Amino acid sequence: MDFDISDEQKMLAEQVRGLLAERTPFDHLRKLIDDEAEWDEPLWRELGEMGFLGANIPEEFGGLGMGDLDLGIIAQELGRANAAVPFTSSIVLAADAIRLAGSSEQKQQWLPRLASGGVVACFASAEGPGPILGTSVSFSGGKLAGTKQPVADAGIAKIAVVQAGEGLALVQLDQPQVTLTKLDSFDQLRPHYRIDFDNAVAEPLGGDNVLSTLLDRAAVQIVFEAVGASEACLEMGRNYVMERQMFGRSLASYQAIKHKLADVAVTIELAKSNAYFAGWAAEASPDDLAAGAAAARLTAIKAFELAARENLQVHGGIGYTFEANCHFYYRRERMLAVIVGNRGFWADRLLNAQPGAQGKAA
Amino acid sequence: MDFKDSPAEAEFRGEAKAWLAAHAPAHELPGGATLPEVEEAERGRAWMRELFNGGWSGLTFPKELGGRGLSGIETVIFSEEEGKYRLPKGPFTTIGTGMALPVIAKHGNDEQRTRFIESTLKGDTTWCQLFSEPAAGSDLAALRTKAVQTDDGSGDWIVNGQKVWSSWAHLTDWGILVVRTDTKVPKHKGLTFFVVDMKTPGIETRPIRQISGMSEFNETFLTDVRIPDVNRIGAQGEGWACCMTVLMGERLGSGGNRSEIEPLIDLARRTPRGDDSNMLDDSAVRLSLADALAEEQGARYFQARLRTMVSKGENPGALAGMVKLAYAARQQRALGLTMESRGLDAIAADPADGSTPHLQYDYIYSTVMRIAGGADEVLRNQIAERVLGMPGEVRMDKDVPFDQLS
Repeated sequence: MDFDISDEQKMLAEQVRGLLAERTPFDHLRKLIDDEAEWDEPLWRELGEMGFLGANIPEEFGGLGMGDLDLGIIAQELGRANAAVPFTSSIVLAADAIRLAGSSEQKQQWLPRLASGGVVACFASAEGPGPILGTSVSFSGGKLAGTKQPVADAGIAKIAVVQAGEGLALVQLDQPQVTLTKLDSFDQLRPHYRIDFDNAVAEPLGGDNVLSTLLDRAAVQIVFEAVGASEACLEMGRNYVMERQMFGRSLASYQAIKHKLADVAVTIELAKSNAYFAGWAAEASPDDLAAGAAAARLTAIKAFELAARENLQVHGGIGYTFEANCHFYYRRERMLAVIVGNRGFWADRLLNAQPGAQGKAA
Repeated sequence: MDFKDSPAEAEFRGEAKAWLAAHAPAHELPGGATLPEVEEAERGRAWMRELFNGGWSGLTFPKELGGRGLSGIETVIFSEEEGKYRLPKGPFTTIGTGMALPVIAKHGNDEQRTRFIESTLKGDTTWCQLFSEPAAGSDLAALRTKAVQTDDGSGDWIVNGQKVWSSWAHLTDWGILVVRTDTKVPKHKGLTFFVVDMKTPGIETRPIRQISGMSEFNETFLTDVRIPDVNRIGAQGEGWACCMTVLMGERLGSGGNRSEIEPLIDLARRTPRGDDSNMLDDSAVRLSLADALAEEQGARYFQARLRTMVSKGENPGALAGMVKLAYAARQQRALGLTMESRGLDAIAADPADGSTPHLQYDYIYSTVMRIAGGADEVLRNQIAERVLGMPGEVRMDKDVPFDQLS
């Protein structure tokens, strides 16, 4: 057993972290919000050029052919930086869906362009309030009908992978039967849309049980993103209290603060350990993926929630200002808490993955 | 990263499995019934002897001291396999191997190593821990039990004081003991470490009546107990360093492999809800138990990360405390919740129901885990200070000679 990321993966993390620290500091995020930017397009192009977007896409489809853990390392750094890029939509969900379920033509057509960043794809599943997998949108006879909302990154996407019932469809968004309406997004760095499909032409994205596998695999990457973001919150909160003086001594010297941040650190380490296992399972031990992904998802939701909230809390009033940096994570956290299904959804999946579970539908 | 055994590890696991299959079943405890303590301790010795004869004791212990000199990973593999049997292991065996031996190996002299190591590995010598006192728990260095060296030429020490929470002190052969030998220096500096024969005159152990109804912990009174100087471990004043060696063993040793949450999930599934469903269908119960299970898995993989660190020669330090901190709170929460999901039956169940008494006992015992071997609050301080680099607590007594403290 060697349960640590490799030296190469540590170097990869440093490389991505260094790039992001330079390209997308917090003031840059503030400017993107002020400019009402859809996304950080130059950063996306650069990530594509460096090969990061295609890390786990096979070489024959224009990727680097690395593993899911390698992609997780990249996701972790994007989470740490709170980058304004459609990584989860385009790479983690859409590209992976095509890779898992697409025909060889579909793979040939889209994966190289997704890997290079030249084309962005989005993933549509929710249909308003309620479960992450909607129930109304229909796909039959090559036609997609109904409304999906909210859908992240639809405004910059050329194609969408759409969940319809138990299946998936691949649809090009630049057709008259598709109407996009921009929504106000709680996460100001991740735009969301309503998409109306009026018998839009779409292709099936086949394969049995693909949806469940896709969600497990996506959860792993989103967990890595949340772990990176949680670590950023812990570091930010810790650095702030170390500098801040209160009642004649360092705010960091108070046990109320020390114990709070110690608890944050513990929840992060547990989530990170689950992330490592789930990443390893995605790559090398598919039988362990369902339980591993679900456990990772539950612990990561908890870790990021605690880290984002307590980071703002230890900042006090300054944390409530736009000039401070807590709010980026405080907003992103709620999005990651519900993306690909909330706590209850993943609790069901974890319990159903246990021996003795009575096969309730997940 | 690879979570699976390497070829060498798989081979070791295979050997362990085969040996255990041939030898462990004869030592297994009867399911359900609790044995009298005396018998449990005796069976513990017999299993230790079996391990020793089979070459499975002291796996990480250096070869020249009678161990096998293996890496931490092999110990983990062996304990995973050993854990599949219900064997008589407890403080009466682990205090010896996990605490007494590391400190004797590191701080003792050759004569002491010869005298204690093999006999402990064989189960001939069992140990208890005489550390905590009524006024010295988390603040162990505040201890007051005193040893004074006689001037009769023997060099013997006379010990007076009171120790508490000494597990199995009434049934073990020797104790590891830390006492104050110098009150003129600050508290950490005036401590000295001894091993003491529990049959020495002047030692009286009294069982503590615990909230669980059991009495596996004792208070131990030491009145004019005479300890020869050859039983001093390390130099005078080296007691605190010895304690740290012991406590490191305690931290890395805690935490098992078997899920403690899965049985609670199973119990919820077997608890009716009044319609055709069961308590695991209750969303609040479902979510809480799933959370606990997810956390438990995280802790298991976190321990795997720590072991990897150790195998690469890194010291996890205060990171190791995270495992216990999360474990203790999780146990109390999940057990308390399971009691609620059982309804009023959790308070008084039909005598035929074997699971409720265990649930009740475990819930009571979960308080111990939050206090013993580093209380929650102490561990949080350590994590904040040593992992996050935050300022230490104000220690007003740190540099003051012990006899000037109020």
